[in-house]
Amino acid sequence: MILGGVSRVLLIEDDPAVREGLELALTRHGHRVRAVESGEQGLDRLRTDLPDVVVLDLMLPGMDGFEVCRRIRAAREVPIIMLTARGDDMDVVAGLEAGADDYVVKPVQPRVLEARIRAVLRRIGRDQAELERHGDLTVDRAGLVVAKRGVPVSLAPTELRLLLELSGTPGRVHSRQQLLESVWEHGYFGDSRLVDACVQRLRAKIEDDSAAPVYVQTVRGFGYRFGPV
Amino acid sequence: MTPRPSLGLRARLLFAFALLCVVTAAAVAGGIYVQARNDILQRAQDAAVQAMRSRLEALFPLQSATPGQAELDEIARTMTDGNSFAVAVYHEEHSRPGPPADGSPGPPAGLWKPGGNAPILDPWAIPKGLRRVVAGGDIAWQRVVWQGEPYLIIGAPLLIVERDRTRMSGIEVYTARSLLAEQRSIDGLAALAWLTGGAALAFAVVLALLAARGVLRPVRELGRAARLLGEGELRTRIAVRGSDELADVARTFNNTAAELERHVKQLREMEADARRFVADVSHELRTPLAALAAVADVLDEEAAGLPEPAGKAARLVSQETLNLTGLVNDLIEISRFDSGVAALTLNEVDVAELVRATLRARGWSEAVHTELPPAVTARLDPRRVDVILANLVGNALRHGEPPVSVRLSAEPHWIALEVRDHGPGLDEAVLPHVFDRFYKANAARARSEGSGLGLAIARENARLHQGDLTVTNAPDGGATFTLRLPRRAHDPDGGPE
Repeated sequence: MILGGVSRVLLIEDDPAVREGLELALTRHGHRVRAVESGEQGLDRLRTDLPDVVVLDLMLPGMDGFEVCRRIRAAREVPIIMLTARGDDMDVVAGLEAGADDYVVKPVQPRVLEARIRAVLRRIGRDQAELERHGDLTVDRAGLVVAKRGVPVSLAPTELRLLLELSGTPGRVHSRQQLLESVWEHGYFGDSRLVDACVQRLRAKIEDDSAAPVYVQTVRGFGYRFGPV
Repeated sequence: MTPRPSLGLRARLLFAFALLCVVTAAAVAGGIYVQARNDILQRAQDAAVQAMRSRLEALFPLQSATPGQAELDEIARTMTDGNSFAVAVYHEEHSRPGPPADGSPGPPAGLWKPGGNAPILDPWAIPKGLRRVVAGGDIAWQRVVWQGEPYLIIGAPLLIVERDRTRMSGIEVYTARSLLAEQRSIDGLAALAWLTGGAALAFAVVLALLAARGVLRPVRELGRAARLLGEGELRTRIAVRGSDELADVARTFNNTAAELERHVKQLREMEADARRFVADVSHELRTPLAALAAVADVLDEEAAGLPEPAGKAARLVSQETLNLTGLVNDLIEISRFDSGVAALTLNEVDVAELVRATLRARGWSEAVHTELPPAVTARLDPRRVDVILANLVGNALRHGEPPVSVRLSAEPHWIALEVRDHGPGLDEAVLPHVFDRFYKANAARARSEGSGLGLAIARENARLHQGDLTVTNAPDGGATFTLRLPRRAHDPDGGPE
C-alpha cells in the first residue's frame, strides 16, 4: 500500500455489467483488480490475493454484503469500501457497523470511487519516530502500532487514522466536518455517520468501557476530542 | 362547538312542554274549579232557601196586615237562627235589633247595625235590585260582599191569601247567611288547583330537559363525529343506541363514513402504487446505469483519441449517462420523500461556513455575492441544506442575471437564507408552480439542465427540517427564494449527539 504504486483491489459485485465496468475503470486508473461475483469467492480471494483494499457490493446473492464485511474484518484489517444503493440509509448504517470504512453510492462514478480508494490507502505515518503514551495507551506513529497495556490492538486503517488524527492534538475538539476532510478526505458535506460509526468501532477496541469513554470523548453538538487522559 | 344550536333546540322543547302543561292544567283545573264552585254555592243557596221557606211557614198566620214595630221585630226574631239572621221590612219601617228570643248566638259582627245591640240585617246592605224583585212578589236571593265577607241574602214577600186571590201584604223578610265556609272551601280548591298546576309545570320542565338531553346528546355526538370526519379522522364512528330516527341518522352517518374511508383508502392505495412504481422503476434503472456510469468515464477519456464521429458519439453517451444518472438519483430521492423514509442527520453547524462550503465545492465563490453574519449556528442536516442551496444558487446563476446574492439572517429560533438574482424575475403565473415536479415554465425549454425535480426536492428537504422554501419576485426585479429553517430542527431519531 504505497501511494502511487500499484494497489491490489478485490471487487465483489454480483452484476456482471457493473463488475466489468468497474474493473475496466479501476484498471485504467492503475489498480490490479480481482473481480469476483460472490461473497464466498471474495473471502477465498482475500486469503490468497492479500488485497490492499476491498470494494464490496452490499446486495449480494447468497452471503450478503454485511456478513462478508464482518468476516473480512474478522480476518484482516483491510480497508473496505461499500457500494450501496442510493438512499438506503439503513444499509449505510448497518454496513458501517459491520466494519466498512467508507461507502459510495451506486451508480458509481469511477473517479469518485478512485478518490475513495486513494484516501483509504493514503499513508498517514509521520517521518519522525515517536512513541506517545496516553494513559494505558501507547501509539507508535512510525510503526503504526497501537498497544493497550502493552498488548497490541488491531485497528482497521481508518480507525487507526482517526486515532492518530485525534491523539495528535490531545484536548482539541475536532468537528465531524474536519474529521471527514482530514481522515476520509471527503468534502465539507461528507456523511457524518462515517465518523460516528468509526468512533464507535474505535471505542470498542481501545476503551475499557465504551459507554464511558476516556480516550475518544464526545463533545456534544461539536464533535470529538482525544482525552485529556 | 358552538352552543347556539343546542340551546335553541333545548329552549324550543322547554317552551313547548311548558305551554302544553299550562294549557292542559288551566283547562282541567279551571274547569273543575268552576264546576265545583258553582256546585258548592248552589247547594248552599238551595239549603238556605229551603230553610227560609220552612221558617216562613211558621210565621202564619200574621196577627195583622199592618204590623207595628213590635211585630216586625218578632218576625225577624222568628226568622233568625244560628246560621242566619233576618230583618223584616214593612214599607219604611223595619225590625230593630234586639236580643234573640230563643237565646241563640248572635250573628257575626259587622252585620250589626252600628249602635244597635241585636242581630239584625242592615236594610241598606240589601241591594236595591233584590228589593225590587221581592217587592214584585217573588222570592229572590243574591250574593253580596258586606264589609269584606260574602253573604247570601234571600228575600221573600209575605202574601195575604184571600178567598179567590192572593195579594201582597207589603211585609218583606230578608235573611242573610254567611258564605264564609263555602268561600274557604272554594279558596282551598283554587289553591289546590294552582299547586297542582305548578307541580305539573315543574314536572313538565324536568321532562322537557330530559327529552332535550336525550335528543341533544346524540345530535351533539353526531356533530362532533362529523367535525372529526371533516378533519380527516376517517375512522370516526358513532355508537348507535336504540332504533329511533336519531339511531337511523347515526347508522347512516356510520355507513357514509365507512364508504368515505374505503374510497380514500382506495385512492391512497392507488397513489401509493403509482409512487411505488416510480420507486421500483428508478431502482431497476440503477443497475444498468451503474454499469454505464462505470464505463462512461473511460469512454470520455478515450473520446479524444477516437476518430470522428465516434469521438463525438462517445462524448454524447458519456454526457447523457451523467444526466440520466442525475435524473434517476433525483427520482429515487423524491420517492424516498414520498414513502416517508427520508431522515435527517442533524449536526450543529456554522451556517456561514456551510454556505461558503457549498459555493466553494461548486466553484461559485467568485460569482455569488454573500452577506453572511458570523457565529450563526443551527442544528441542520448539512448535506440536505447543501442540496437546497446548490439548487437555488445554480438556478439563479443559470436562469437569472447577476449579481446573484445569498443573504443569511438569524432570529432566535429561525434562520433565513435568501437567494436572489437580478433578472426579470418569474412570471406571476409560474410562481405558484415552481416547486411542482417536472414543471416547465417554458415549453420551449423542455429539456433544460437538471431533472425538473430540483426545486421539488429542495422544498421537500426544507420541510423535512420543518422549515419551508418560498419564492417571490423582488419589487425591483429578480426572483427571491427564501429558505427558512428552525435553528433546532425536530429530530425524531435523536441523531448524533
